[in-house]
Amino acid sequence: MAFTLYSLIQTAILCTNAVAVLHEERFLSKIGWGVEHGVGGFGDDPGVKAQVLNLIRSVRTVMRVPLIIVNTACIVLLLLFG
Amino acid sequence: MDYTASQSGFRQRKLQPNMRQRNSTMDGSDGSQLFEDTSGVGLGAQTGYRNQMAGPQAAGLTGQSLLSDPMSNLAMAYGSSLASQGREMVDKNLDRFIPISKLKYYFAVDTVYVGKKLGLLVFPYMHENWEVSYQQDTPVAPRFDVNAPDLYIPAMGFITYVLVAGLALGTQDRFSPELLGVQASSAFVWLIMEVLAVLLSLYLVTVNTDLTTIDLLAFSGYKYVGMIVGVVAGLLFGRPAYYLSLLWCCAAIFVFMIRTLRLKLLSEAAAEGRLVRGTRNQLRMYLTMSIAAAQPIFMYWLTYHLIR
Repeated sequence: MAFTLYSLIQTAILCTNAVAVLHEERFLSKIGWGVEHGVGGFGDDPGVKAQVLNLIRSVRTVMRVPLIIVNTACIVLLLLFG
Repeated sequence: MDYTASQSGFRQRKLQPNMRQRNSTMDGSDGSQLFEDTSGVGLGAQTGYRNQMAGPQAAGLTGQSLLSDPMSNLAMAYGSSLASQGREMVDKNLDRFIPISKLKYYFAVDTVYVGKKLGLLVFPYMHENWEVSYQQDTPVAPRFDVNAPDLYIPAMGFITYVLVAGLALGTQDRFSPELLGVQASSAFVWLIMEVLAVLLSLYLVTVNTDLTTIDLLAFSGYKYVGMIVGVVAGLLFGRPAYYLSLLWCCAAIFVFMIRTLRLKLLSEAAAEGRLVRGTRNQLRMYLTMSIAAAQPIFMYWLTYHLIR
């Protein structure tokens, strides 16, 4: 139960990596979570599924480059300091 | 609506004579005068300086030989202008990262408010009006409204919780100074995760609410009061007292959160208690209930290992 801020950062990096790895064509479309499923419905009630799909797509678009940087930094630090 | 508007208008009129006495020019960012400006430096200091002329003059006479030298005068003027420039730069840059002016609102409390709010956290059953009163589109400072969220009680509660946890561990001979840091960071991490989870669920359910992140932080921090009461009761009177007081505080926090969040998250009709059908309102109701139900769970989770 000894959570530290460092473990929170680790959790955040791992979760963001997990979301970024979901491939659009090979996986998300196959289970019905592709882009075309999320955008529908122009009313003012997007629904939970559309919000989740939007979130996944935006995380993948926005966090791609920062994740490369952060992951490289993590790898270097872990190699140097164990 | 009219009643609250006239009430806040009345309070505003009572505020203004105080403001006019302190400074003739009002600071633009501090428009609603959350705090009385008791510092000697600042925009409105001219009137204050004129009032205090009698004091420094006696001190100035003895040091006059030092101050009359023109070179040191120049040096002092240059130094003070450098210092004020540096301070402005720091203020401007700091304001970009941490919204200090917004944070100030949450700490504008006084003893009466803290007393009433603590009573409300432990016994919310008699309170009737849970609406936050507004003053021309901005919420009134917590000093004037019991229902407004503040950050003072959560911050103090968190620190007190860490100290009480150290005390509890010390009575069981399990204490070491690192454990204080472990407890503090552990509770802090749980708080951050709870706020992030609530933010995520608010995004997913597309609730149009004026709850800011700091408001959510404040609401999540109110549970520390109940935790402290439970742990102290357990230390003084043993395990049954711990369970009883924790049960009471859990129920109180549950009711408090539901009544507070009901007005902010649910639509108008549902907030008044009428049954409104529709999946969206149902989702919002579930969201409110789960946020309120998470509080007792966290309260038990963070304190049960302290009472053996």
